[in-house]
Amino acid sequence: MSTATHPAAHFELEPRTGPGIEQLLEISMGPQHPSTHGVFRMNVVLDGERVVRLKPVFGYLHRNHEKIAESETYLGSMPYTDRLDYICPLTNNWAYALAVEKLAGIQVPERAEYLRVITGELTRLQNHACLIGFLMQDMGASGTPLMYAFRQREIILDLFEALTGARMMCNYMRFGGCRVDLPAGWLDQAKRVVADFPRFMDEYERLLVSNEILMDRTQDVGVLSKELAVSAGISGPMARASGVDYDIRKVDRYSIYDRFNFRVPLGSHGDVYDRFMVRILEMRESVGILQQAMRDIPEGPIVDPKTKIRGFRPKPGEAYGRIEAPKGELGFYLVSDGSPNPYRYRVRPPSLVNLTVLEDLCLGRNVADIVVILGSIDIVLGEVDR
Amino acid sequence: MNLETVKSEIEANVPGCRLELVVNPSPSGQHSLLLDAEHASAVAAYLRDAADLRIDFCSNVTGIDWPDKELSQKVKLRKLVDGVEQEVEETRITTVPGSLEVVYHLYSVEKKHGPLVLRMRTQDRDAGVHLPSLTPIWRSAELQEREIFDLFGVVFDGHPDLRRLLMWDEFQDHPMRRDYRDPDDYEYEPTAHDEVLQRAQQHLSQANTAQLSEAEGR
Amino acid sequence: MDETIKNELSKQGIFTTSLQELYNWGRTSSLWPLNFGLACCAIEMIATTMARYDLARFGAEVFRPSPRQADLMIVAGTVTKKMAPQVVRLYNQMPEPKYVISMGACAISGGPFKQGYNVLKGIDRYIPVDIYIPGCPPRPEALIDAFMELQKKIDAQPLTGSHRPRHLNAGEPSEFVVPRFGEHDLEPARNPAIWKPPLVQIEQTGTDESGNR
Repeated sequence: MSTATHPAAHFELEPRTGPGIEQLLEISMGPQHPSTHGVFRMNVVLDGERVVRLKPVFGYLHRNHEKIAESETYLGSMPYTDRLDYICPLTNNWAYALAVEKLAGIQVPERAEYLRVITGELTRLQNHACLIGFLMQDMGASGTPLMYAFRQREIILDLFEALTGARMMCNYMRFGGCRVDLPAGWLDQAKRVVADFPRFMDEYERLLVSNEILMDRTQDVGVLSKELAVSAGISGPMARASGVDYDIRKVDRYSIYDRFNFRVPLGSHGDVYDRFMVRILEMRESVGILQQAMRDIPEGPIVDPKTKIRGFRPKPGEAYGRIEAPKGELGFYLVSDGSPNPYRYRVRPPSLVNLTVLEDLCLGRNVADIVVILGSIDIVLGEVDR
Repeated sequence: MNLETVKSEIEANVPGCRLELVVNPSPSGQHSLLLDAEHASAVAAYLRDAADLRIDFCSNVTGIDWPDKELSQKVKLRKLVDGVEQEVEETRITTVPGSLEVVYHLYSVEKKHGPLVLRMRTQDRDAGVHLPSLTPIWRSAELQEREIFDLFGVVFDGHPDLRRLLMWDEFQDHPMRRDYRDPDDYEYEPTAHDEVLQRAQQHLSQANTAQLSEAEGR
Repeated sequence: MDETIKNELSKQGIFTTSLQELYNWGRTSSLWPLNFGLACCAIEMIATTMARYDLARFGAEVFRPSPRQADLMIVAGTVTKKMAPQVVRLYNQMPEPKYVISMGACAISGGPFKQGYNVLKGIDRYIPVDIYIPGCPPRPEALIDAFMELQKKIDAQPLTGSHRPRHLNAGEPSEFVVPRFGEHDLEPARNPAIWKPPLVQIEQTGTDESGNR
């Protein structure tokens, strides 16, 4: 079989002619670098300290998840979705379950929806806290905010472990609901954790929000305009920090989000500081959603009784389902040909699409700003490379 | 968003385009429009700029591989068999040529509607794999089209920087195609069966002959 | 030296030891890992260094960003074929004595992603590994347990003799061949000096053509 005879363009840095060319320095940041959030590589051309050109190199964690899913059953791919965005496994499960439910027309009972919202919002809380911790560490705050964030993350992971049996790879959602119901006392413990969270947020904010160094290093750095954000497909807190009023929980109204009263924080400058503040405010909103959900959760079944587990064969067709994951719009596109395995299984990764504008944000800035901007985009390589 | 009305609107405003409504039989109800390669960019630009549609957000770009299909048909013919004309049943095999398909899921941030699904198909899977790139219209297609070039082999004309994304540059194959075979990499399986068992036995006999020839050489 | 004499002397304020004990004690108590996380296991590794499961109390006080300053490489996560040459290069850059902990199913043998065109089926195909930690991902307690195993292993290493560790043996290599990107796979696909495919006895009913049972 002959492959396409297109001469793939190899990465070419600046042409090696012209005056002043000897001043340009080509460096490769990554794939092993203390602040690249995973195995991510950037080929950077510098003029002194200022960035002239930046080309990201992907694929160091390409684990061919989509190809494996073609040989697994639909349910067999559920544990693999845990490993996509490995800091938020439960929201990945949710997005996949939503896409399959759209494909096969499955209804989800009430209690399961509330469980999904509770676990999803808890995931959002710990993701935003850890992200801010990692951003601080990259800026040189050498681990202290990260320690605070991980302390809260451990408390939330205790809840997940009590519910699903695993700290990280929870594998909790099923097509038509959830895998297990709440154990006795879980809801009370979760209510205590959520009631404590604003105190942690106050402590965190007092440490960070008016911090002079943070403000100096993040304000007016990496400014993303609204038009570029929409055109480049940016979603999630990064787009909302640039003023794009698009939160999939409000637009698609998937699951039962239209029952909850919450606001969507928007930024006006689109710089790193705005992205950081949007995430802090989103954490507070999530606490509100959690309190409402844990107050209103009804009794009932947690999975749709009509959906088969063995021999699950959706009818031929296709569906695209998306959710507001903590990192942006996480979508799954499934094409079914009536067999137990999907014909095509595609993950729409928010981190990869958000990286489209990395070069635009970093041009003209210093090397130190690259690290800060990358930290604010919130990438997880498991999702970028799949 | 009614796809029929969108289709007639596009046909009215982009002259010469050939659209086809592809019905999606699943309960999701997400039907799609099949575009022709010539007018795809014009259609996309119209969708982005039309005042009532304002489709400005390209969410997802996917590649799908449809390999060549062999259909066998049983046909009854009258043929001469041993000098006597008889009705004979013959199996005729026709090959339906496959193609690579690119699917776009589009939304509108301004009007908050969607998804609008567009598709494009290549002519075949060998030399005719060129499709127009929609990156000049929606920048978010940039990295996703590069990935489809890398894993499927679709060449996007007009893409600003078409290189491999996930595999290394020297790699020659397009791994997500259905006829890709993994390199024979020895893997240890405690309970091997089927294909893995055959390969393991092959490796075992190769290793045995290697050990024997080593022993003879000494 | 006799234990009773040691105790008597220590009561008088004289501490006795042997060179081997002292040398090994210095190495086990200050194993500095390289800041090297690949995938999901890296998050559990970070959690192990955080306040709840503090790894610093075992001697892994700082994670060094540069391989020249580290002596332990915890390969945490899936090693892909694209990443493999960089891992081997990093290993080659570490000064002796150096150790490798293979954390998680993916680093041991490819893990759940084994059936992949881009996944290296275990980092021990190219570099020698000291400790393997199964799990997906292994709990932080498992990483601490592996760390303690490595400390016990180092404690038991003699300074002289045929069982002495690699860095005290001039004949043993300390750098290994870095694979190149080939057209379909890495070249070489595995390092035969380090990893030999295990010859398992394949049982099946009947015999095949070549008479193998």
